[in-house]
Amino acid sequence: MSTPLAAPGHASHGAHEPYVKVFTGGPRKELDELLTRYPTKMAALLPALWMVQRERGWVSEDGIAEVAEVLELTPAYVKGVVTFYTMYHQHPVGKYFIQVCTTSPCGICGAEDVVKALLKHTGAVELGQTSPDGKFTVIEVECLGACGFATPIMINEEFVESVTADKVPEVLARFA
Amino acid sequence: MGYPHVPHQKETPVLTKHFGEAEARSLDGWKKRGGYRALEKALGMAPADIVNVIKDSGLRGRGGAGFPTGMKWSFMKPGDGKPHYLCCNADESEPGTFKDREIMRWTPHSLVEGCAIGSYAIGAETCYIYVRGEFTEPLEHMNAAVKEAYAAGILGKNAMGTGKRVDVHVHKGAGAYICGEETALMNSLEGRRGNPRIKPPFPAVSGVFGMPTTINNVETLAAAAPILINGADWYKKMCLSNPKSTGTKLYSVCGNIAKPGTYEVVMGFPFKEFLYDLCGGPLPGRKFKAIIPGGASVPIQTMEEAEATIMDYEGFVAGGSMLGSGGVIVIDDQQSMVGVIARLARFFAHESCAQCTQCREGTAWATKIMERIRDGEGTMEDLDTLLEISENMTGKTICVLSDSCATPIVSGIQKFRSEFEALIHGKKFHPVMAAVA
Amino acid sequence: MAETKMVSLTIEGRAVSVPEGTTILEAAKQVGVLIPHYCYHPGLPVAGVCRMCLVEVEKAPKLAPSCATTVADGQVVHVHSDKSLDARKGVLEMLLINHPLDCPICDQSGECELQDYTFQEGRNDSRYREPKRFNPSEDFGGDIVYVPNRCILCTRCVRFMDDVAHDTVLNVSERGDRAVIGKFEGKDLTNVWAGNVVDLCPVGALLSKDFLNKARAWELDRAASICPNCTQGCNVMIETRENQVVRMRPRPNEEVNAFFMCDYGRLNYRWMNERQRAETPLVKMNGKLVAADWDVAVPAAAKLLTGNRAHIVASPMLSNESLYLLTQLIDTSKGAGVFRVAEGEEVPLPGVEDLALRRDRAANVYGAEMLGFKKTNDVFAGAGKGDVLVVVGEDFDGLDASSISNAGDVILIGPAMPNWIAEKAAVVLPTTNFAEEEGTVTNLRGRVQRFSQAKAAPGLSRPTWLVLGDLLGAIGKQSQFFLPSDVFGKLASSREEFAGLSYDKLGFKGLPVLNAKAGAA
Repeated sequence: MSTPLAAPGHASHGAHEPYVKVFTGGPRKELDELLTRYPTKMAALLPALWMVQRERGWVSEDGIAEVAEVLELTPAYVKGVVTFYTMYHQHPVGKYFIQVCTTSPCGICGAEDVVKALLKHTGAVELGQTSPDGKFTVIEVECLGACGFATPIMINEEFVESVTADKVPEVLARFA
Repeated sequence: MGYPHVPHQKETPVLTKHFGEAEARSLDGWKKRGGYRALEKALGMAPADIVNVIKDSGLRGRGGAGFPTGMKWSFMKPGDGKPHYLCCNADESEPGTFKDREIMRWTPHSLVEGCAIGSYAIGAETCYIYVRGEFTEPLEHMNAAVKEAYAAGILGKNAMGTGKRVDVHVHKGAGAYICGEETALMNSLEGRRGNPRIKPPFPAVSGVFGMPTTINNVETLAAAAPILINGADWYKKMCLSNPKSTGTKLYSVCGNIAKPGTYEVVMGFPFKEFLYDLCGGPLPGRKFKAIIPGGASVPIQTMEEAEATIMDYEGFVAGGSMLGSGGVIVIDDQQSMVGVIARLARFFAHESCAQCTQCREGTAWATKIMERIRDGEGTMEDLDTLLEISENMTGKTICVLSDSCATPIVSGIQKFRSEFEALIHGKKFHPVMAAVA
Repeated sequence: MAETKMVSLTIEGRAVSVPEGTTILEAAKQVGVLIPHYCYHPGLPVAGVCRMCLVEVEKAPKLAPSCATTVADGQVVHVHSDKSLDARKGVLEMLLINHPLDCPICDQSGECELQDYTFQEGRNDSRYREPKRFNPSEDFGGDIVYVPNRCILCTRCVRFMDDVAHDTVLNVSERGDRAVIGKFEGKDLTNVWAGNVVDLCPVGALLSKDFLNKARAWELDRAASICPNCTQGCNVMIETRENQVVRMRPRPNEEVNAFFMCDYGRLNYRWMNERQRAETPLVKMNGKLVAADWDVAVPAAAKLLTGNRAHIVASPMLSNESLYLLTQLIDTSKGAGVFRVAEGEEVPLPGVEDLALRRDRAANVYGAEMLGFKKTNDVFAGAGKGDVLVVVGEDFDGLDASSISNAGDVILIGPAMPNWIAEKAAVVLPTTNFAEEEGTVTNLRGRVQRFSQAKAAPGLSRPTWLVLGDLLGAIGKQSQFFLPSDVFGKLASSREEFAGLSYDKLGFKGLPVLNAKAGAA
C-alpha cells in the first residue's frame, strides 16, 4: 500500500509475461547447496529471493509463491518478508536500476543535485518511474554505507563513488 | 587515512595497514602479510585461553555499544550439547559509517580469520557473516575470500589440519538498516522480517535459531588476530587516555571535510587534532559548525564540545555525545542544521521496523514536523511537541531506533535552537549569510 | 511434579505471590489491577510491541513492558505512577495520530480498547497537525473486512493465524508508518477459525461482515451460553438487539475453548431468530388443529400417552433437563428414545489442545447418549402401529411426510412446525428454542455446562423442560418443576454420573460428569 517502486504500466517488460519457474536445474542445485548452510529451510529465504530477482529481474507474486512452495512457507509469510526489505523489487524496473544515497552525510555534499541530474539525463522524470525507453529507473535510497565517497550511486550491482551532478552524464555514458 | 591510501603519520595502522593493496585481498597476498598465523596459533590454544587474551586486551565492541568482547565471549557456555553460532555483524548501515566496508573491501581475509578465531573461541561450528545487501563489492571480496579459505583447508571440517571444524558463510542482507541491531540481524538471518526481539532472552542464551549465539562487529573480530599475535599487553598499551578504552579504533569521516576517509588512531587521540590535522580541516573558505561523531544515532556536538573531546568511549560521552560506530559526520557552516536533522529523521522513519508504537508513529511524526519547520511552516509549539515526542520515543521501545531518531532532534534543538527559531520566524536559511554570521 | 517456586512482589501497593515465570501483567490481574495493553493476549505468544503496558519497576533503569517482564522477588511495581501514566499517554497519542476519529460509524465503538484507554488515560487534545495516513479498506475474504486506517499494528491477528490456527495467511507488510496487515492475493481468511481475529482485534480494524453496521455495542444484551452448533461446547456470549440474536462471541474457558470459537458455530445463529414456528398450543378437534389453552393442550397430550407406548424423537439440542424428563416418559410408557444429528467434517484448531469444530453438529449428543437415547439415521423407524410418536425439538431438516407413514398419533413438542407434520399432529405444544431457555448440556468430554436465556420466545411458547414437567404431571408421574435448576437437582440425585452437581457448583464454566472422558478422542 506504500508507493510502489515503479508504477505498474511504466514497466517496459516482465509484468505481464507468464512466469517461468526459477528453481529448476542450476538454480535448484544452487538453492540445495545453500540449504546445507542453515539448520532451517526458512533461513534460505533471503538468498532464495535474491535468486528470483537475479533470474527474473524482480520478485513478482508468482515468484513469491514459488519461493514459498520450495521453502515450505506460505505466500503471505514470504510477502511479509519481501515487503520488509527495500532491495527486492516488487515491480519491474528499468534495465539499469539506479539508487542514489541522499541520507544526511551525502545530502550535505550535494546528493539532491545528483538526483536531479540523474532524472534529467536518464529521462526518468520522476523518482521510482522508469524512463520511456525502459532503460533507467532512479530511486533515492537511505545510506549506502559509503558516506566518505559522497555521493555514491548504485547502478544495478555496480557501485559508483563520488558522483557529482557534473559527472552524471559521464557516468551514464557507460550505460547508454 | 584519506584517499589515496596513504596513512597520516599520526595514525596507527593495525587493521588498515594493508588498505589500498589489491594483492592483500587474495589468500596468497594475505598470507604474505602474515595472514592466518593468528588462526593457526588460536587453533593450538584452548578456547578459554583465547577468551582470556581478548579479555586482557581490553577490546570492546566496535559496533557502537562498546561491550567488552572477551566478557561477551565468556557468556557462551561450552559443552551444553547445543549448536553455538557466531554472527558477524557486517550490516554496516549507520549513516556516516563505512569502516567495515573498507575492511571487507581491502582485507577480506582478515575478517575470515577473525571469524574463524571467534568461532573457535566460543565453540561455534558455524559463523555467519551478515553483509548488507548494498555492499556489492565487499560481498564479492568476502565471498571470494571464504571460497579460497575453504579450498585451502583453512575452513571446513578440518580447519588448518587441526581436525577442528570451523564453518564460515556469507549471508547477504536485502536492505534494512535495522538488521544491524543484533536480534533483528538474527531474525533476518532466520528468514524473517528484521524485527528486533525482546530481551531477555539474550543471544548468549537463545540467539539465532534459538541457540546460544555471539554477535560481533566486523572491526571487533578483525582485531582478534593482531591481538593474538602481538599479545594483550601490546593492545592494552595502545591507549592515550583511560585504561578502559584500549587499542586502535577506525573512524570513518564524511561530510563537509577536506579529506574524508577511514582513519585508524589509538584510543584517546585528541579529536581536534584528528579533525584539523589528519582529516585536513574544513573545505576551503568554510568553517565547521557541528559534528556527529559516532554515526547518525548519537548526539550532535557543537564545535566547542568536539574540539575538547578525547577520542575514546568515555571521552565522547564527556564531550556530550558517544563514540558509537565511529562514523564521524562533519557539518559546516553552509548547512542548515534543521535540514540535516530533518533528513536524519526521515532516514529513521524509513527504517523503523514498525513493531513498537512510539517508533513506527513517532519517527514519521517527528519527520513531518521537522520538514515543516525546515520549509518555514513551523511554529514555536512545534519545538515543544518535538521535545515531548522525543521523550516518548526514548527508552521505551524494544530497540533503540526510536531513541536514535530522537537523539539528533533533541540535541539539535538544545544546541542549535536559534536555527530552528529563525526558520519559524520566517527567515529562510541562507548558506552565504550563515557563513558571514 | 516439581513444586512451583512462588515469587512475592508488590503491585500498586498490593502484595501478591505468584508462580515463578509469571509476567507482571498477569500478576497484576490477580490483585485486581488491569494494566492497559493492546498486543498482549493470554491466548497468543507475547509480542511486546504496542508498549502500552509499560510500568515502573522500582530500581529498574527503564520502564518495563509488563507483558514481557517476569516477576522477581521483592519487585515494587507502579502501574499508575506519573512516569508510567506519561508513557502510556504518549503511546495513546501516537496510536491516535493516524487513527480516524470515526467512532460514530465504527462497529467497535463501545467495545474498543483504544477508545476505553484514551478515555481513561489519554490526552484530551491532539497535537497532530499533519494529514492522516490513508489506506483503502480491504475484503480479507471469509467473514472479515480490514480497515487499515484504524489498525494499530498490534499483530494479534497475525499471531493468531500463525501460531494458533497454523495457517499463516496474514502478515505485516511494509515497515515504518507504511506498515499494514497484509495477505497474499487469492489466499483469503477462509479458515474456519479465522473469525477469532475480529474478537482479538482491540480496535475496529478487523470487522465481521456478518455483524457489520448491525448494532452499536451498547445496544446489545448479552447472555452467557454454550455454542449449540457442535459437541465441543464452546462457551459463548449470545448477543441480542431488540430480542434478535445478532452475534455470538466466545467466552473464555481454559477447559473447553480457551478464548476461541469457530466460524461455523459463530455464524450459525439465524435459526434462533426463526419466526415461522409454533406459537400457540394446538389440539386436533374434528380433524382440525385448533388453538387451545395450555390447560387444555397438556391434558390432551397426556391422554394420548396414557396406556400407549411412546416413541420419542428428541433433538440433541435439548438440554439435559429436558432429556431427563423425557427419560421419565420413556420409562412410564415403556417406549424408546432416539435422536439424529447432522454431521460434518471435524476441523481442529491446532494451537489449542482438544479444541475442534466437531463432527456431530449439535450441543448435547453426549448428554442424550448418556441418558439412554439412541443415535439413528431413521428416527421414525422404531415407531410401531399404535405407538404415540412424540417429537421434541426436532428441526425436521430433510424430513418429509413419507418418513412418518408408520406412526399413530403424533405429539409435536418444539418450536418448529412444518405443515406436513402439523397435519399429522394430534397435539402441538410450542416450546422455546435453545436461545430462549435455560439449561445444561454435556459436551463430548462429559463436561456439563449451563446456558442461560438470551431472548424472549414469541407467543405462548414455554420452555421445553416446563412443558415436559407439566406433561409428566398430567399423566400422574411427576410433580411440577418451577425452575430448570429443580429439574437438574432431580437429575443429579437420580443419575450417578451427575451426582454432586448443581447449578451453583457448575457456575458458568461447567464441571465434568463422573468418569468423564478426558483428552482427545
